[in-house]
Amino acid sequence: MSAATADVATVGHRLALQRRGTVAVLVLVVLLASLRYGDAFYSGINLTSYFDDAVKYSLIALGMTFVIMTGGIDLSVGSVILLAGVAGGLASPYGAVVAVLVGVGTGAAVGAVNGLLIAHSRLEPFVVTLATLLWARGLGLQLADTQTVVYGSGALQSLARDKIFGLTTGFWLMLLLFAIAAVALKYTAWGRTVLAVGDSEESTSLLGVPTRMTKFSVYLLSGALAGLAGVVLGSQTGSVSMDTGVGWELIAVAAVVVGGTLLTGGVGSIGGTLAGLLLLQVIFTIINFENGRGGIEINSYWQNVVRGAFLLVVVLLQTGVGRGRRKAS
Amino acid sequence: MTDLATRPAEVSALRRIDWPTMIRRYGAAAVLALLVIFNIIFTENFLDLRNILFVQLRQAAPTAIVALGMALVIATGGIDLSVGAVVALSGQVTAVFLLDGVPPLVALPIGILVGLAAGLFNGTLVSRFGIQPMIATLVLFTAGRGLAQVVTGGRIQTVNEPIVEFLGLGVIAGLPISVFSLIVITIAIIGVTRFTPAGTKLLAVGGNERAAGLVGIRTKWVKTMAYVVAGGLAGYVGLLELGRIQASDATNAGLNMELDAIAAVAVAGTTLAGGTFSPGRTIIGVLMLRLLQNTLVAHGIPREVAQIAQGLIIVAAIYLLRRSRDAR
Amino acid sequence: MTDPKTEGPLLQMRGVTKSFRGARALDDATMTVGRSQIRALIGQNGAGKSTLIKILTGVYRRDGGEVLLDGRPVDFRSTAEAQAGGVVTIYQEVNLVPKLSVAENIFLGRFPKRRGLVDWATMRAGARDALAKLSLDIDVTRPLGSYRVATQQMTAIARAVSLEARLLVLDEPTSSLAEREVETLFGVMRSLRDSGVSMVFVSHRMDELYEICEDVTVLRDGRTVAEEPLASLNQYELVSKMLGRAAEQVASGARAAARPRQQAEPVLAVSGAASAPRLKDASLAVYAGQVQGVAGLLGSGRSELLRSIFGADPLDGGTVVVSSDAAPIRTPREAIAARLAFLSEDRRAEGIVPHLSVRDNLTLALLPKLTRRGIVDRKRQKQIVTDYIARLGIKAQADQPIVELSGGNQQKVLLARWLATEPAVLLLDEPTRGIDVSAKAEILTLVDKLAADGMGVLLVSSELEEVVSACDDVTVLRDGVSVARVDVERLSEESLMAVMASGEAVPSADSAPNKDKSDD
Repeated sequence: MSAATADVATVGHRLALQRRGTVAVLVLVVLLASLRYGDAFYSGINLTSYFDDAVKYSLIALGMTFVIMTGGIDLSVGSVILLAGVAGGLASPYGAVVAVLVGVGTGAAVGAVNGLLIAHSRLEPFVVTLATLLWARGLGLQLADTQTVVYGSGALQSLARDKIFGLTTGFWLMLLLFAIAAVALKYTAWGRTVLAVGDSEESTSLLGVPTRMTKFSVYLLSGALAGLAGVVLGSQTGSVSMDTGVGWELIAVAAVVVGGTLLTGGVGSIGGTLAGLLLLQVIFTIINFENGRGGIEINSYWQNVVRGAFLLVVVLLQTGVGRGRRKAS
Repeated sequence: MTDLATRPAEVSALRRIDWPTMIRRYGAAAVLALLVIFNIIFTENFLDLRNILFVQLRQAAPTAIVALGMALVIATGGIDLSVGAVVALSGQVTAVFLLDGVPPLVALPIGILVGLAAGLFNGTLVSRFGIQPMIATLVLFTAGRGLAQVVTGGRIQTVNEPIVEFLGLGVIAGLPISVFSLIVITIAIIGVTRFTPAGTKLLAVGGNERAAGLVGIRTKWVKTMAYVVAGGLAGYVGLLELGRIQASDATNAGLNMELDAIAAVAVAGTTLAGGTFSPGRTIIGVLMLRLLQNTLVAHGIPREVAQIAQGLIIVAAIYLLRRSRDAR
Repeated sequence: MTDPKTEGPLLQMRGVTKSFRGARALDDATMTVGRSQIRALIGQNGAGKSTLIKILTGVYRRDGGEVLLDGRPVDFRSTAEAQAGGVVTIYQEVNLVPKLSVAENIFLGRFPKRRGLVDWATMRAGARDALAKLSLDIDVTRPLGSYRVATQQMTAIARAVSLEARLLVLDEPTSSLAEREVETLFGVMRSLRDSGVSMVFVSHRMDELYEICEDVTVLRDGRTVAEEPLASLNQYELVSKMLGRAAEQVASGARAAARPRQQAEPVLAVSGAASAPRLKDASLAVYAGQVQGVAGLLGSGRSELLRSIFGADPLDGGTVVVSSDAAPIRTPREAIAARLAFLSEDRRAEGIVPHLSVRDNLTLALLPKLTRRGIVDRKRQKQIVTDYIARLGIKAQADQPIVELSGGNQQKVLLARWLATEPAVLLLDEPTRGIDVSAKAEILTLVDKLAADGMGVLLVSSELEEVVSACDDVTVLRDGVSVARVDVERLSEESLMAVMASGEAVPSADSAPNKDKSDD
């Protein structure tokens, strides 16, 4: 009993510490970078490409945060981006609204299937969404006839490329959704129930709170956000290629974990996920800059190595912080 | 099939046929049998030994070897997402050494060593540092393929080396090397888990780690070893894949193999929660998923649709397994 | 005055039946709970208590029979419906959500809202009010899991009270509470009763039933065999009803004399043992042929003492000498090599490996000894397993997964696991927790026999009756320090209770505090 109680207390602390740590490191890195590269670092083009890249993963990472907070996982989001991106692209000649609705609707439908199987039939999330990863990608490829799908709606593209205060609408959309999500987590019964389910599903249900609906809802949300991400991506780049989304689910998982959300559920942070995403992106930007200045020579293949090493450092720090605290107490 | 975890409790001879257990134990085998019968009737030349050995089984063998390692890791309650990347890394490192003129007798063991080292890395993160297996192996999943690309500079280069050709095309005892390897490895794993304490220790650690520690089992060591074996097997498969392609290909070697392996283990009726291990059914799971794909493609169905079918059959399988577990 | 709401019993369950996959769990179960009444519900494990409770609270649906609340038939399909009907359960293992705050736990499922959003200020105030009614003043914003079990239980009760529960079901709420905490709980229960709440109280501890309950319902094999005022039955009659046979005289009171020590030197000598954070300075000695008891309140470091002796927790200070060998024991492996054995208090979390067979579970600690040149000797393994199944009367097949066994049989398998290693010292931590009366008696008889055969036994139990009847000598722990020894002449529940609570030793020539440190 003593160990369990101590753990609950430290885990919360540790993750709060880590969230702040992630944000602090983010700020620090940006400051150092701006000292080194001056205004060039902030120049419009760089910021846009920087944030567009972050936006790409941000929506699925947001959905993933809620899924992981319930103690689950959604491996299908990368495939859903492709499927919804294709569906949205095929619908785009009928107008921007139709394309968005079709994309989000497709994603939500896939999410609903995951949710039903996991919440209702109580199947393991890992395997269910792994299967969905396969069939959703197959469906996307089949729908597109394995050809790149071009976005036909000019309105959608110009909307995606429009800038407000120098940043793309995609970026503002991301910020808006993260803000809504943060409020929902803290101030809605749904948000608190998500955490409760992740902490102890059995207890929550014995307390008379509907857990199935809550679990279903996070997969639905994750699917819908992945669908939206597919359309946003298609609008930004004007097309959806067939390798879109491969492996992105794990990039999203990494961002969520770096942001201080526990894979076992029950504890999590929306802001942490955003900070985790942005931090990774800043590091890549810096590598690009260094390459550009000839300071170092790193080809694009290193990106994944850096990504992996970064994840390693963060999780090691995470356990290090935990251990240090445990010894201290 | 060897099923170390749950031997049936033949408590009452009067008990009717236990369908849930039957489905769990023989479900995948039954589907495989149906697929084989279908192919015998409807697919030309299916029964031809060359087709079975050199097409169907040879395709499935590398995944099956990786899946055996995965089953070991899953038995401890873990998961290894990195095996696909390790297949790529070991193959590419070996390829680069061979291209640089390093003798095969040195280059090939290095490939396996790369796999073992990767497994040791994963196992250490999981057991010593207490990092969740999914995240711990995500590190190498990401970095491993990146390293493989860095090593080869992303180029596809033909490797002209007799030993590599032998790995890909050679025959031992009338069997392709990969199929022969699978048989040897399976026998070894079944032998070790059955006759030595290792099997029981593995299941004890996966079933109840704290209890295992209290009876004096070195739980960290057992867990680490599971990852090391999985890594070593992935390293060996890296060499087999190099032999199959006869060229370095960092981007595609072993791609998605971890997912195929996990799917096979799940279809075999193993819960990802750990504590159960059945090598025989794992291999049947691989064969079943692979033959399904091949059958559909052979009958003119596009690969994408076959992929959809694969996803659906995995869901169907675990749904039935879940029902059978509930009914127990 | 004829309003059914105030007349007649609050709850009537009549002829309730329930089967699981053909196996009858309940067969004509009946229970009546009056208004402002605390009713005891007892029965052996497997008698159907928890099934009956779960039917009452909507976790299971009944197959037949009727349930009347306020004279009106009800059929709850979920715990939420039961809650709405005023029926709330407090479970043995506190079933709340540890990582959420205390306040959220009290209001989960019915958060106070303002403009659609959770109103944290109102929620905190409400939680503080609810806890104040139970005279508890804690920080409601902290995670529930950071508080001790007793506080968590009070939170669960506070939740029930704020749900305006009329019928509270308490399923073994005292099993993990210290004596003082039990008293607090009973105080709360009495005041709830006086304010009109009825309760069903489940406990294995007979003395508690007599202290807090007015009436009792006894279940046996899924049937109600007695519904009577408690005053009309004495303990032995009650036990005999539970078991369905004339009760053998339950051993009560201490032994007449201590068992003889089979060697002059203690087989296990612990001196000044410390293990952060609970255990500070504990000393005791165990002799071959004797049962040494350890008593203390919850949190006094009882379990921690055993764990650190066995190397399961780090020993920060002090020495442990086994069979005159002072080599340090740092891991369970080293402990086993020194011929120690340790039965953990938590059978599920630290004992059974659920999917493994009885055979594999039983020989798990013996595996190294069964291995010859790397190969497990299956023949010898089978022999040993057959032997122990017969010796301990384990009702199971060797091939059966252990998870299918009853709690008592699982415990016997785990005991056999350690006996098979032929230990010199057996460390038993709550060996009879959560198992039924007859299995309990069998295990205590076995302990007696083991000591007679020359084993040294160290027994920790929170049931004083058990400690008193089984031990030759008892070390009392208080706040992690061994404060007194009570030998067999002065051993009684009263004397132990007094020492545990006050920390003062019973005045005597040879059992002064810390005397045992320099024990011969």
